[in-house]
Amino acid sequence: MAAPILEYVGIRKGFGAQRAALDGFSLTIVEGETVALVGPSGCGKTTALKLANRLLDADAGAVRIFGQPAGEHDPVSLRRRIGYVIQEGGLLPHWTVRENVETVPRLLGWPEGRRRARAAELLTIVGLAPEEFAERRPASLSGGQRQRVGVARALAAGPSLVLMDEPFGALDPIARRSMQKEFLRWNARWEAAVLLVTHDLREAFLLADRVAVLEGGRVRQVGSREELMRSPADDFVREFVSEFAS
Amino acid sequence: MSQLGAFFWQRRADILALTGQHVLLVAVAAAIAVAIGVPLGVALARRPALARPVLGFANAVQAIPSLALFGFLIPVPLIGGIGARTAIVALVVYSLLPILRNTYAGIRGVDPAVVEAATGLGMTPNERLRLVELPLAFPVVLAGIRVAVVVGVGLATIAAAIGAGGLGVLIYRGVATVDHRLILAGAVPAAALALAFDFGLSAVEKRLGPRR
Repeated sequence: MAAPILEYVGIRKGFGAQRAALDGFSLTIVEGETVALVGPSGCGKTTALKLANRLLDADAGAVRIFGQPAGEHDPVSLRRRIGYVIQEGGLLPHWTVRENVETVPRLLGWPEGRRRARAAELLTIVGLAPEEFAERRPASLSGGQRQRVGVARALAAGPSLVLMDEPFGALDPIARRSMQKEFLRWNARWEAAVLLVTHDLREAFLLADRVAVLEGGRVRQVGSREELMRSPADDFVREFVSEFAS
Repeated sequence: MSQLGAFFWQRRADILALTGQHVLLVAVAAAIAVAIGVPLGVALARRPALARPVLGFANAVQAIPSLALFGFLIPVPLIGGIGARTAIVALVVYSLLPILRNTYAGIRGVDPAVVEAATGLGMTPNERLRLVELPLAFPVVLAGIRVAVVVGVGLATIAAAIGAGGLGVLIYRGVATVDHRLILAGAVPAAALALAFDFGLSAVEKRLGPRR
Protein backbone atom coordinates (compact mmCIF):
# COMPACT_ATOMS: atom_id res chain seq x y z
CA MET A 1 0.00 0.00 0.00
CA ALA A 2 1.47 3.32 -1.07
CA ALA A 3 1.78 6.08 1.51
CA PRO A 4 -1.02 8.64 1.79
CA ILE A 5 -0.04 12.00 0.33
CA LEU A 6 -3.25 13.90 1.07
CA GLU A 7 -5.84 12.99 3.70
CA TYR A 8 -9.07 14.67 4.68
CA VAL A 9 -10.70 13.52 7.91
CA GLY A 10 -14.13 14.76 8.96
CA ILE A 11 -13.78 18.16 7.35
CA ARG A 12 -16.28 20.91 7.91
CA LYS A 13 -15.99 24.15 5.96
CA GLY A 14 -18.68 26.79 5.68
CA PHE A 15 -18.92 30.25 4.19
CA GLY A 16 -20.89 32.70 6.30
CA ALA A 17 -24.50 31.85 6.99
CA GLN A 18 -24.90 29.43 4.10
CA ARG A 19 -25.12 25.69 4.57
CA ALA A 20 -21.58 24.33 4.99
CA ALA A 21 -19.88 23.57 1.67
CA LEU A 22 -18.20 20.56 3.24
CA ASP A 23 -19.56 18.65 6.24
CA GLY A 24 -18.08 15.35 7.30
CA PHE A 25 -15.84 15.18 4.24
CA SER A 26 -13.21 12.44 4.35
CA LEU A 27 -10.94 11.19 1.57
CA THR A 28 -7.42 9.82 1.22
CA ILE A 29 -5.18 10.11 -1.84
CA VAL A 30 -2.06 7.94 -1.95
CA GLU A 31 1.20 8.49 -3.81
CA GLY A 32 0.94 8.33 -7.57
CA GLU A 33 -2.80 7.72 -7.89
CA THR A 34 -5.36 9.87 -9.66
CA VAL A 35 -8.57 10.52 -7.75
CA ALA A 36 -11.49 12.37 -9.31
CA LEU A 37 -13.98 14.33 -7.22
CA VAL A 38 -17.34 14.40 -8.97
CA GLY A 39 -20.73 15.72 -8.01
CA PRO A 40 -23.35 18.30 -8.83
CA SER A 41 -22.27 21.93 -8.94
CA GLY A 42 -22.13 23.50 -5.50
CA CYS A 43 -21.32 20.19 -3.81
CA GLY A 44 -18.02 21.49 -2.41
CA LYS A 45 -15.54 20.03 -4.94
CA THR A 46 -13.51 23.18 -5.44
CA THR A 47 -13.60 23.93 -1.71
CA ALA A 48 -12.04 20.54 -1.03
CA LEU A 49 -9.31 21.25 -3.56
CA LYS A 50 -8.45 24.62 -2.05
CA LEU A 51 -8.06 23.07 1.41
CA ALA A 52 -5.16 21.04 0.02
CA ASN A 53 -3.03 24.07 -0.88
CA ARG A 54 -4.31 26.19 1.97
CA LEU A 55 -6.13 28.73 -0.17
CA LEU A 56 -8.76 27.82 2.41
CA ASP A 57 -8.50 26.37 5.91
CA ALA A 58 -11.02 23.95 7.39
CA ASP A 59 -13.38 25.02 10.21
CA ALA A 60 -13.19 21.55 11.73
CA GLY A 61 -11.55 18.22 10.97
CA ALA A 62 -8.01 17.47 9.86
CA VAL A 63 -6.22 17.86 6.55
CA ARG A 64 -2.84 16.11 6.34
CA ILE A 65 -0.58 16.94 3.41
CA PHE A 66 2.68 15.06 2.80
CA GLY A 67 2.05 13.39 6.16
CA GLN A 68 1.90 16.63 8.10
CA PRO A 69 -1.14 18.58 9.41
CA ALA A 70 -2.08 21.39 7.00
CA GLY A 71 -1.69 24.02 9.72
CA GLU A 72 1.98 23.11 10.20
CA HIS A 73 2.82 23.88 6.58
CA ASP A 74 3.85 27.37 5.59
CA PRO A 75 1.19 28.15 2.94
CA VAL A 76 3.65 29.71 0.49
CA SER A 77 6.21 26.90 0.47
CA LEU A 78 3.43 24.30 0.53
CA ARG A 79 1.90 25.79 -2.63
CA ARG A 80 5.26 25.69 -4.39
CA ARG A 81 5.38 21.94 -3.77
CA ILE A 82 1.89 21.34 -5.17
CA GLY A 83 0.97 21.68 -8.84
CA TYR A 84 -2.21 23.67 -9.38
CA VAL A 85 -4.20 23.66 -12.60
CA ILE A 86 -6.93 26.25 -12.55
CA GLN A 87 -10.17 26.50 -14.49
CA GLU A 88 -9.62 28.22 -17.85
CA GLY A 89 -5.86 27.97 -17.27
CA GLY A 90 -5.54 30.97 -14.94
CA LEU A 91 -2.46 32.18 -16.84
CA LEU A 92 -0.83 35.50 -16.01
CA PRO A 93 -1.87 37.65 -19.00
CA HIS A 94 1.19 39.92 -19.04
CA TRP A 95 3.70 37.07 -19.19
CA THR A 96 4.75 34.93 -22.13
CA VAL A 97 3.99 31.23 -22.23
CA ARG A 98 7.58 30.49 -21.15
CA GLU A 99 7.42 32.94 -18.24
CA ASN A 100 4.14 31.40 -17.13
CA VAL A 101 5.58 27.90 -17.17
CA GLU A 102 8.67 29.10 -15.29
CA THR A 103 6.62 30.72 -12.51
CA VAL A 104 7.22 28.25 -9.69
CA PRO A 105 10.85 27.45 -10.61
CA ARG A 106 11.45 31.21 -10.63
CA LEU A 107 9.86 31.61 -7.18
CA LEU A 108 12.05 28.74 -5.99
CA GLY A 109 15.12 30.55 -7.31
CA TRP A 110 16.22 28.09 -9.99
CA PRO A 111 18.99 29.48 -12.22
CA GLU A 112 17.76 30.74 -15.57
CA GLY A 113 19.33 28.02 -17.72
CA ARG A 114 17.67 25.28 -15.72
CA ARG A 115 14.32 27.09 -15.80
CA ARG A 116 14.44 27.50 -19.55
CA ALA A 117 15.38 23.91 -20.19
CA ARG A 118 12.59 22.74 -17.92
CA ALA A 119 10.00 25.00 -19.58
CA ALA A 120 11.02 23.77 -23.05
CA GLU A 121 10.80 20.16 -21.88
CA LEU A 122 7.32 20.63 -20.42
CA LEU A 123 5.96 22.57 -23.38
CA THR A 124 7.09 19.72 -25.59
CA ILE A 125 5.35 17.19 -23.32
CA VAL A 126 2.04 19.06 -23.53
CA GLY A 127 2.34 19.29 -27.30
CA LEU A 128 3.29 22.95 -27.73
CA ALA A 129 6.52 23.30 -29.73
CA PRO A 130 8.68 25.69 -27.64
CA GLU A 131 10.16 27.46 -30.68
CA GLU A 132 6.64 28.34 -31.81
CA PHE A 133 4.87 29.00 -28.51
CA ALA A 134 7.39 29.99 -25.83
CA GLU A 135 7.39 33.73 -26.52
CA ARG A 136 3.67 34.10 -27.24
CA ARG A 137 1.24 35.61 -24.80
CA PRO A 138 -1.83 33.83 -23.42
CA ALA A 139 -4.23 36.14 -25.30
CA SER A 140 -2.94 34.80 -28.62
CA LEU A 141 -3.63 31.16 -27.72
CA SER A 142 -6.75 29.05 -28.13
CA GLY A 143 -8.58 27.78 -25.03
CA GLY A 144 -7.04 24.34 -25.43
CA GLN A 145 -3.53 25.75 -25.79
CA ARG A 146 -3.99 27.86 -22.66
CA GLN A 147 -5.07 24.80 -20.71
CA ARG A 148 -1.97 22.96 -21.92
CA VAL A 149 0.20 25.82 -20.69
CA GLY A 150 -1.66 25.64 -17.37
CA VAL A 151 -0.79 21.93 -17.08
CA ALA A 152 2.86 22.56 -18.03
CA ARG A 153 3.06 25.32 -15.42
CA ALA A 154 1.63 23.06 -12.70
CA LEU A 155 4.26 20.40 -13.41
CA ALA A 156 7.24 22.73 -13.81
CA ALA A 157 8.81 22.19 -10.40
CA GLY A 158 8.15 18.44 -10.37
CA PRO A 159 5.43 18.33 -7.69
CA SER A 160 4.43 15.01 -6.14
CA LEU A 161 0.84 16.23 -5.82
CA VAL A 162 -1.15 18.03 -8.52
CA LEU A 163 -4.55 19.65 -8.00
CA MET A 164 -6.69 20.13 -11.10
CA ASP A 165 -9.87 22.20 -11.00
CA GLU A 166 -12.02 21.44 -14.05
CA PRO A 167 -8.84 21.48 -16.15
CA PHE A 168 -10.64 20.80 -19.40
CA GLY A 169 -13.94 22.43 -18.48
CA ALA A 170 -13.74 25.39 -20.82
CA LEU A 171 -13.09 23.32 -23.93
CA ASP A 172 -15.40 22.24 -26.72
CA PRO A 173 -16.16 18.48 -26.75
CA ILE A 174 -13.58 17.63 -29.43
CA ALA A 175 -10.70 19.54 -27.80
CA ARG A 176 -11.78 18.11 -24.49
CA ARG A 177 -11.61 14.55 -25.77
CA SER A 178 -8.12 15.02 -27.14
CA MET A 179 -6.88 16.71 -23.94
CA GLN A 180 -8.26 13.80 -21.92
CA LYS A 181 -6.37 11.31 -24.06
CA GLU A 182 -3.21 13.34 -23.70
CA PHE A 183 -3.69 13.61 -19.96
CA LEU A 184 -3.50 9.82 -19.77
CA ARG A 185 -0.28 9.89 -21.77
CA TRP A 186 1.30 12.63 -19.59
CA ASN A 187 0.04 11.03 -16.42
CA ALA A 188 1.92 7.85 -17.26
CA ARG A 189 5.14 9.90 -17.47
CA TRP A 190 4.95 11.94 -14.30
CA GLU A 191 4.72 10.18 -10.98
CA ALA A 192 2.56 12.67 -9.13
CA ALA A 193 -0.67 12.00 -7.32
CA VAL A 194 -3.53 13.91 -8.92
CA LEU A 195 -6.70 15.21 -7.33
CA LEU A 196 -9.01 16.13 -10.17
CA VAL A 197 -12.25 18.07 -9.79
CA THR A 198 -14.81 17.62 -12.54
CA HIS A 199 -18.56 17.67 -12.99
CA ASP A 200 -18.23 15.22 -15.87
CA LEU A 201 -18.56 11.60 -14.75
CA ARG A 202 -17.34 10.30 -18.10
CA GLU A 203 -14.15 12.31 -17.68
CA ALA A 204 -13.74 11.06 -14.12
CA PHE A 205 -14.05 7.40 -15.11
CA LEU A 206 -11.70 7.89 -18.05
CA LEU A 207 -8.91 9.68 -16.17
CA ALA A 208 -9.00 8.53 -12.57
CA ASP A 209 -7.99 5.37 -10.73
CA ARG A 210 -10.71 6.04 -8.18
CA VAL A 211 -13.74 8.29 -8.28
CA ALA A 212 -15.23 10.00 -5.22
CA VAL A 213 -18.89 10.96 -5.54
CA LEU A 214 -19.56 14.08 -3.52
CA GLU A 215 -22.96 15.33 -2.47
CA GLY A 216 -24.22 17.52 0.37
CA GLY A 217 -20.66 18.27 1.47
CA ARG A 218 -19.54 14.66 2.00
CA VAL A 219 -18.20 11.75 0.03
CA ARG A 220 -21.01 9.28 -0.64
CA GLN A 221 -18.75 6.65 -2.13
CA VAL A 222 -15.22 6.19 -3.43
CA GLY A 223 -14.32 3.48 -5.88
CA SER A 224 -13.46 2.36 -9.36
CA ARG A 225 -16.00 2.57 -12.15
CA GLU A 226 -16.94 -1.07 -11.65
CA GLU A 227 -17.43 -0.69 -7.90
CA LEU A 228 -19.62 2.37 -8.28
CA MET A 229 -21.69 0.82 -11.05
CA ARG A 230 -22.04 -2.64 -9.51
CA SER A 231 -22.64 -1.74 -5.88
CA PRO A 232 -23.61 1.89 -5.35
CA ALA A 233 -23.59 2.81 -1.66
CA ASP A 234 -26.89 4.67 -1.71
CA ASP A 235 -29.65 5.99 -3.94
CA PHE A 236 -27.81 9.19 -4.77
CA VAL A 237 -24.79 7.30 -6.11
CA ARG A 238 -27.03 4.85 -8.01
CA GLU A 239 -28.87 7.76 -9.59
CA PHE A 240 -25.67 9.64 -10.33
CA VAL A 241 -23.87 6.79 -12.08
CA SER A 242 -27.00 5.58 -13.83
CA GLU A 243 -26.90 8.69 -15.99
CA PHE A 244 -23.56 7.46 -17.21
CA ALA A 245 -24.80 3.93 -17.94
CA SER A 246 -27.67 5.12 -20.10
CA MET B 1 2.05 86.51 -35.87
CA SER B 2 5.60 87.10 -37.01
CA GLN B 3 5.58 90.05 -34.68
CA LEU B 4 4.72 87.72 -31.82
CA GLY B 5 7.46 85.37 -32.95
CA ALA B 6 9.93 88.22 -32.87
CA PHE B 7 8.76 89.15 -29.39
CA PHE B 8 9.22 85.56 -28.16
CA TRP B 9 12.69 85.47 -29.76
CA GLN B 10 13.65 88.67 -28.06
CA ARG B 11 12.52 87.24 -24.69
CA ARG B 12 13.92 83.77 -25.31
CA ALA B 13 16.35 83.82 -22.40
CA ASP B 14 13.58 84.72 -19.97
CA ILE B 15 11.14 82.21 -21.43
CA LEU B 16 13.70 79.41 -21.36
CA ALA B 17 14.75 80.08 -17.78
CA LEU B 18 11.14 80.24 -16.57
CA THR B 19 10.23 77.10 -18.55
CA GLY B 20 13.07 75.35 -16.79
CA GLN B 21 11.73 76.45 -13.39
CA HIS B 22 8.26 75.37 -14.43
CA VAL B 23 9.40 71.89 -15.46
CA LEU B 24 11.31 71.54 -12.23
CA LEU B 25 8.27 72.53 -10.12
CA VAL B 26 6.02 70.04 -11.90
CA ALA B 27 8.58 67.23 -12.03
CA VAL B 28 9.54 67.48 -8.35
CA ALA B 29 5.89 67.66 -7.31
CA ALA B 30 4.95 64.70 -9.54
CA ALA B 31 7.84 62.61 -8.21
CA ILE B 32 6.80 63.29 -4.61
CA ALA B 33 3.14 62.61 -5.43
CA VAL B 34 4.06 59.27 -7.04
CA ALA B 35 6.26 58.36 -4.07
CA ILE B 36 3.33 58.99 -1.71
CA GLY B 37 0.36 58.14 -3.90
CA VAL B 38 1.37 54.75 -5.31
CA PRO B 39 2.26 53.10 -1.96
CA LEU B 40 -0.80 54.66 -0.35
CA GLY B 41 -3.01 53.45 -3.21
CA VAL B 42 -1.60 49.93 -2.80
CA ALA B 43 -2.24 50.09 0.95
CA LEU B 44 -5.84 51.20 0.35
CA ALA B 45 -6.37 48.36 -2.14
CA ARG B 46 -5.33 45.98 0.65
CA ARG B 47 -7.78 47.59 3.10
CA PRO B 48 -10.82 48.67 1.09
CA ALA B 49 -12.64 49.73 4.27
CA LEU B 50 -10.20 52.65 4.52
CA ALA B 51 -10.47 53.55 0.84
CA ARG B 52 -13.74 55.45 1.07
CA PRO B 53 -12.75 57.94 3.79
CA VAL B 54 -9.23 58.46 2.44
CA LEU B 55 -10.31 58.97 -1.17
CA GLY B 56 -13.15 61.18 0.05
CA PHE B 57 -10.69 63.32 1.98
CA ALA B 58 -8.36 63.58 -1.02
CA ASN B 59 -11.34 64.57 -3.14
CA ALA B 60 -12.35 67.30 -0.70
CA VAL B 61 -8.82 68.72 -0.63
CA GLN B 62 -8.87 68.79 -4.41
CA ALA B 63 -11.98 70.97 -4.26
CA ILE B 64 -10.13 73.82 -2.49
CA PRO B 65 -9.59 76.60 -5.04
CA SER B 66 -5.95 76.45 -5.98
CA LEU B 67 -5.12 80.10 -5.43
CA ALA B 68 -6.63 79.85 -1.94
CA LEU B 69 -4.61 76.73 -1.16
CA PHE B 70 -1.40 78.51 -2.17
CA GLY B 71 -2.41 81.36 0.11
CA PHE B 72 -3.32 79.10 3.03
CA LEU B 73 0.06 77.40 2.85
CA ILE B 74 2.13 80.59 3.13
CA PRO B 75 1.84 80.96 6.94
CA VAL B 76 2.28 77.22 7.63
CA PRO B 77 5.65 76.50 9.27
CA LEU B 78 8.12 74.14 7.57
CA ILE B 79 6.12 73.57 4.39
CA GLY B 80 4.91 77.15 3.93
CA GLY B 81 6.47 80.49 3.19
CA ILE B 82 7.07 82.35 -0.03
CA GLY B 83 8.71 80.43 -2.84
CA ALA B 84 9.07 77.15 -4.66
CA ARG B 85 8.75 74.90 -1.60
CA THR B 86 5.21 76.04 -0.86
CA ALA B 87 4.25 75.74 -4.52
CA ILE B 88 5.57 72.18 -4.66
CA VAL B 89 3.59 71.24 -1.55
CA ALA B 90 0.41 72.59 -3.13
CA LEU B 91 1.12 70.83 -6.43
CA VAL B 92 1.71 67.55 -4.58
CA VAL B 93 -1.65 67.94 -2.84
CA TYR B 94 -3.40 68.33 -6.19
CA SER B 95 -1.41 65.60 -7.97
CA LEU B 96 -2.01 63.10 -5.21
CA LEU B 97 -5.67 62.39 -5.84
CA PRO B 98 -5.50 61.16 -9.45
CA ILE B 99 -2.44 59.03 -8.67
CA LEU B 100 -3.94 57.63 -5.47
CA ARG B 101 -7.32 56.95 -7.03
CA ASN B 102 -5.89 55.29 -10.13
CA THR B 103 -3.46 53.13 -8.17
CA TYR B 104 -6.30 51.96 -5.95
CA ALA B 105 -8.61 51.34 -8.92
CA GLY B 106 -5.83 49.70 -10.94
CA ILE B 107 -4.93 47.20 -8.23
CA ARG B 108 -8.56 46.48 -7.37
CA GLY B 109 -9.27 46.03 -11.07
CA VAL B 110 -6.86 43.11 -11.50
CA ASP B 111 -8.90 40.00 -12.30
CA PRO B 112 -9.50 38.15 -8.98
CA ALA B 113 -8.95 34.85 -10.79
CA VAL B 114 -5.45 35.99 -11.76
CA VAL B 115 -4.73 37.07 -8.18
CA GLU B 116 -5.89 33.72 -6.86
CA ALA B 117 -3.82 31.89 -9.48
CA ALA B 118 -0.74 33.84 -8.38
CA THR B 119 -1.44 32.98 -4.75
CA GLY B 120 -2.13 29.34 -5.54
CA LEU B 121 1.21 29.05 -7.34
CA GLY B 122 2.99 30.09 -4.14
CA MET B 123 3.66 33.80 -4.48
CA THR B 124 4.03 35.75 -1.25
CA PRO B 125 1.84 38.89 -1.06
CA ASN B 126 4.90 40.99 -1.97
CA GLU B 127 5.80 38.83 -4.96
CA ARG B 128 2.20 38.98 -6.10
CA LEU B 129 2.24 42.76 -5.88
CA ARG B 130 5.58 43.16 -7.67
CA LEU B 131 5.15 40.46 -10.33
CA VAL B 132 1.41 40.53 -11.00
CA GLU B 133 -0.68 43.32 -9.52
CA LEU B 134 1.53 46.34 -10.19
CA PRO B 135 2.45 45.30 -13.77
CA LEU B 136 -1.22 44.66 -14.59
CA ALA B 137 -2.34 47.90 -12.91
CA PHE B 138 0.49 49.86 -14.55
CA PRO B 139 -1.49 51.41 -17.46
CA VAL B 140 -4.14 52.67 -15.04
CA VAL B 141 -1.54 54.04 -12.62
CA LEU B 142 0.30 55.76 -15.46
CA ALA B 143 -2.96 57.30 -16.71
CA GLY B 144 -3.36 58.81 -13.24
CA ILE B 145 0.18 60.19 -13.37
CA ARG B 146 -0.55 61.71 -16.79
CA VAL B 147 -3.62 63.49 -15.46
CA ALA B 148 -1.66 64.69 -12.43
CA VAL B 149 1.18 66.06 -14.57
CA VAL B 150 -1.00 67.78 -17.15
CA VAL B 151 -3.11 69.40 -14.44
CA GLY B 152 0.10 70.23 -12.57
CA VAL B 153 1.55 72.14 -15.54
CA GLY B 154 -1.52 74.39 -15.58
CA LEU B 155 -1.65 74.80 -11.82
CA ALA B 156 2.03 75.63 -11.60
CA THR B 157 1.38 78.88 -13.48
CA ILE B 158 -0.47 80.07 -10.38
CA ALA B 159 2.60 79.32 -8.27
CA ALA B 160 4.09 82.57 -9.57
CA ALA B 161 1.58 84.36 -7.34
CA ILE B 162 3.51 83.18 -4.27
CA GLY B 163 6.92 83.82 -5.74
CA ALA B 164 7.71 80.30 -6.91
CA GLY B 165 8.72 81.35 -10.42
CA GLY B 166 7.78 79.43 -13.53
CA LEU B 167 5.93 80.55 -16.63
CA GLY B 168 3.21 82.12 -14.49
CA VAL B 169 5.63 85.00 -13.92
CA LEU B 170 5.21 86.10 -17.54
CA ILE B 171 1.44 85.67 -17.39
CA TYR B 172 1.09 87.75 -14.21
CA ARG B 173 3.39 90.40 -15.60
CA GLY B 174 1.34 90.48 -18.82
CA VAL B 175 -1.94 90.73 -16.93
CA ALA B 176 -0.56 93.55 -14.74
CA THR B 177 0.68 95.55 -17.73
CA VAL B 178 -2.19 94.53 -20.05
CA ASP B 179 0.36 93.11 -22.47
CA HIS B 180 -1.09 90.23 -24.47
CA ARG B 181 2.27 89.33 -25.89
CA LEU B 182 3.67 88.74 -22.39
CA ILE B 183 0.64 86.65 -21.40
CA LEU B 184 1.14 84.52 -24.50
CA ALA B 185 4.86 84.25 -23.81
CA GLY B 186 3.88 82.41 -20.60
CA ALA B 187 0.74 80.64 -21.78
CA VAL B 188 1.97 79.18 -25.07
CA PRO B 189 5.04 77.43 -23.60
CA ALA B 190 2.90 76.22 -20.67
CA ALA B 191 0.35 74.68 -23.02
CA ALA B 192 3.14 73.19 -25.11
CA LEU B 193 4.67 71.72 -21.95
CA ALA B 194 1.38 70.11 -20.95
CA LEU B 195 1.03 68.54 -24.39
CA ALA B 196 4.65 67.42 -24.40
CA PHE B 197 4.33 65.73 -21.00
CA ASP B 198 1.09 64.07 -22.09
CA PHE B 199 2.66 62.82 -25.29
CA GLY B 200 5.83 61.68 -23.57
CA LEU B 201 3.96 59.72 -20.89
CA SER B 202 1.68 58.10 -23.45
CA ALA B 203 4.81 57.00 -25.33
CA VAL B 204 6.12 55.50 -22.08
CA GLU B 205 2.80 53.73 -21.64
CA LYS B 206 2.95 52.23 -25.13
CA ARG B 207 6.52 51.12 -24.64
CA LEU B 208 6.27 49.62 -21.18
CA GLY B 209 2.61 48.67 -20.91
CA PRO B 210 1.82 44.97 -20.92
CA ARG B 211 0.93 43.80 -24.40
CA ARG B 212 -2.26 41.85 -24.15
